[in-house]
Formats: sequence, structure tokens, C-alpha cells
Amino acid sequence: MRLTQGCFSFLPDLTDQQIRAQAQYCIDNGWAVNLEFTDDAHPRNTYWEMWGLPMFDIKDAAAVMMELAECRKVYGDRYIRLSGFDSTHGWESLRLSFLVNRPAHEPGFKLIRQETEGRNIRYTTQPYETDRPEGQRYR
Amino acid sequence: MTETTRSYEHPGITDPVADEQPPGTVAFAKSIGAVATAATAAGDESPVATVDLAKELVEAGIEDVLRELDDELIGLAPVKTRIREIAALLLVERVRRKLGLSSEAPTLHMSFTGNPGTGKTTVALRMAHILHRLGFVRKGHLVSVTRDDLVGQYIGHTAPKTKEILKKAMGGVLFIDEAYYLYRAENERDYGQEAIEILLQVMENQREDLVVILAGYADRMEKFFSSNPGFRSRIAHHIDFPDYAEGELLEIGELILAKQNYKLSASGREALERYIAARKLLPHFSNARSIRNALDRARLRQANRIVRSIGGAKITADVLMTIEAPDLLASRVFGQQATASSPLSDEVEETFD
Repeated sequence: MRLTQGCFSFLPDLTDQQIRAQAQYCIDNGWAVNLEFTDDAHPRNTYWEMWGLPMFDIKDAAAVMMELAECRKVYGDRYIRLSGFDSTHGWESLRLSFLVNRPAHEPGFKLIRQETEGRNIRYTTQPYETDRPEGQRYR
Repeated sequence: MTETTRSYEHPGITDPVADEQPPGTVAFAKSIGAVATAATAAGDESPVATVDLAKELVEAGIEDVLRELDDELIGLAPVKTRIREIAALLLVERVRRKLGLSSEAPTLHMSFTGNPGTGKTTVALRMAHILHRLGFVRKGHLVSVTRDDLVGQYIGHTAPKTKEILKKAMGGVLFIDEAYYLYRAENERDYGQEAIEILLQVMENQREDLVVILAGYADRMEKFFSSNPGFRSRIAHHIDFPDYAEGELLEIGELILAKQNYKLSASGREALERYIAARKLLPHFSNARSIRNALDRARLRQANRIVRSIGGAKITADVLMTIEAPDLLASRVFGQQATASSPLSDEVEETFD
């Protein structure tokens, strides 16, 4: 099951050239570009790990692409997302976030039904891969 | 859209040479013509299409940058020639690229060697403009660093530090001043080596993203290159900055003053001439920088002279603008002769600069 999170996620995966253009757009707007990765892509997991520091003093997307290449080298089998953080007063939040890398095989989410009082049922989802410990997923 | 642009013959051109060219051939702009003759080869090789070089030149707008270079930088004739050559080469390269004759990004890394104060940083800034106008760097900014900015203080500190600077410089020009400090032959474990390796890697693999300019004194750079052969082979252009002649230094001095709305009186000019001659013989002479410092102190003395001589009279703008001979002659460079006239001379002139 293809993970859909953030911008552009219903489009085909962006090419490097398209990623570069988006990163340049962030830089030109003065947003800090961040790279984050995780192997627990539950939609409620907002805390992904950062790859290096936010890149807030760069002028060209080539720097982002260099970091992305490094990050893919190490964590190519995990999800990697690129985000642009706008620090201007009143915004102070992410303006753009999209996936730039995904594992080759995505098993998707398990739907868990819990029977509770009466005939009620509670639903929850869990990524199949999180059955295994961190660092051993998506192998 | 394309029809209109095609029929609309380059409006900005005022160059008479370009207009004399028959349509459809490669037209040269006059000013770059001498070195751009190499371009004919590029034109002949391609029966497929012709390119209007003059138009390219105007579009790139490097002519303005080169003219500024001529106007604002005094002397440095060999440097200007080299830069014109490089600009011509880049222009031709750009045209070749348009015609599909070359695809590889050219190596543009440079090394500027010369004594202090000969304009290396200034020229590097101009170089960034030229490269940007021609589209060889995307942003055209200059990041000026020294060893401190690249090399860390403990194990594992250097790589991220160097990478951070490289990232900052991407899309522009990285100017490494006194680059020979990166390598310390006497200390094998010096972290400089690590920075050099990262630099070399990026210089080789990301040529289209970043241009590196190394700068430093000629003899020490020579030593640096001989102990790091990797650098020499990755640098395409070695440019040597000659020392300024005395006449050129005088011109520079006048230009500096003119920019700050000052001028020299006739006797002041003569005094500056004498100052330059005397200063050149002393140690730590750093060309234009010494002149700028001398003039800064002359302004200080001039202000002091004016304040002390007010006496109720109104001062004209002319007085405020003029640097007189005594303002310069008070310098310690001239020995004891003038110290009596200005108490300032002693404490400020510690280093002669």
C-alpha cells in the first residue's frame, strides 16, 4: 500500500529535478529546509528524526540535494521527507512537506478491530512493519 | 511569440561592428573580439545552426561587468586580460552548449596568487558576477572563508563544518583566502587534511554547483600546490596578481578619496606620491590596503586640523573636502621631520599601516 502523506503524495513520486525545484522554492521564500526520516510512518507519528540541522542559510537547492543524497545513502530503505519551515512571525510553522524517499516494498497498515461494551467496535491502524524493532523494518 | 522575438533584432545593441555583420553569420562584439576569435571554430564546426555571439554577449550582460572592472580597478593589466579571456571562453562554451557541442560542465576553479592588497577579493567578487551572468553559477554570491571556517577543533568537527560552508556556497563562489593554511606540513594529524579531502571531492563531483577560488601569496601557494597535487590538477585557471606601480597606487588613492567625496590639493598629491615611495620601502607594505589606511589616517588628521583652526570663521565645503600636504606628511613614514605638527602621528602609526 503506497503511503500518502504530505503534499504531492497522490502524484507519482517526484523526480530529483522536481524535488530540487521545490527545495529552491522553499529557499527563495526564505524557509528553512529540513530533511527527516523514519521507519514508522504511522500518520500519527509526527516526530520523525532529523537528518542534520535545518538548512536556513543556503542559497541554492544543490546543497539540499547533496544532503538528500547522503541521507538516501544511509537511510535509503526508510521514508524521507523534505519540509520547509517558515519562521516569520505569525507563521512559525511548516509551509510545505512532502515525501522524497520511500522503501521499495510498502506492506501498508493493519486494521485492528477491538470489541468493546455492547456491540461497539473500536478501530485502529498499525503499520505491519512496526511489528519488528526499529532499524530492522522494510528489509 | 517566437516569431516576434526572432524578427526583433537585438534592440539593446549599439555596437557598430555587430550591425555591419551580414545576417546569419556569427557576429562578434568589438570589445571581446581579440580573444573571441577562438569562437569561429565553434561556429564552423556546426553546420546545423548559427548563433549570434554579439547578442549572446549583450544578453549575458558581462560587458558591463568587464567595463566596471576596467573602470574601477586600476592597473592589474595581466589579470584583466586573463579575466577577459576566461569570459570569452565561457561565452563560447555557453554558445557551444546551446548548439549541443558540449555537455560537460567546464572546470572553473581558480587560484589567485599575489601579495596582500592587490585586489584578489575584489576580483573574486567580480568573477562571481561574471560567472552568474553567463549562467555558470546559479546564484552568483561569494562566500569568503579562511581556515578557521573550514577546519574544526576536534575529531569529527571538521567534516560537518566544511560541509556547512560548502552548502552555503553552493550556487555561488567559495573564496578561500590564504588557502595554504589548510595544509600544515609539520603536523600530520592536522584536521586541515580532512577539509582538503572534502573540498576536493566536491570540487570534482559538483562542478556545476560550485566554483572554488583559492587565494594567497604566490610562494606559499606554490608550496601548498606541490604538497597537494590534487588541487593543482583540479584548478583550471591560475591568475597571478602583480604588485601595483607607484603611479597606480596614487591613482588608487585618488579613487578611494573621490568615492568618499574627498580630494587632494596639489601639494597633497605631491605628498601622497612621496608617502607611497617611502612606504613601499618599509616592511608590511600591502599595496592598496596600505594606501587606504594611510588615507584614513590623513582624514583623521585633516579633521583635527580643521577643528583646531575654526576660530569663528565659516568653513567652505571645499575645505572639508581637501586633504592637504601636512595631513599626509605627519605620518611616521617620513621619520621625525613632521611629528611636531601633529600629536596624532605617534600613537596611530604603530604599524606604519
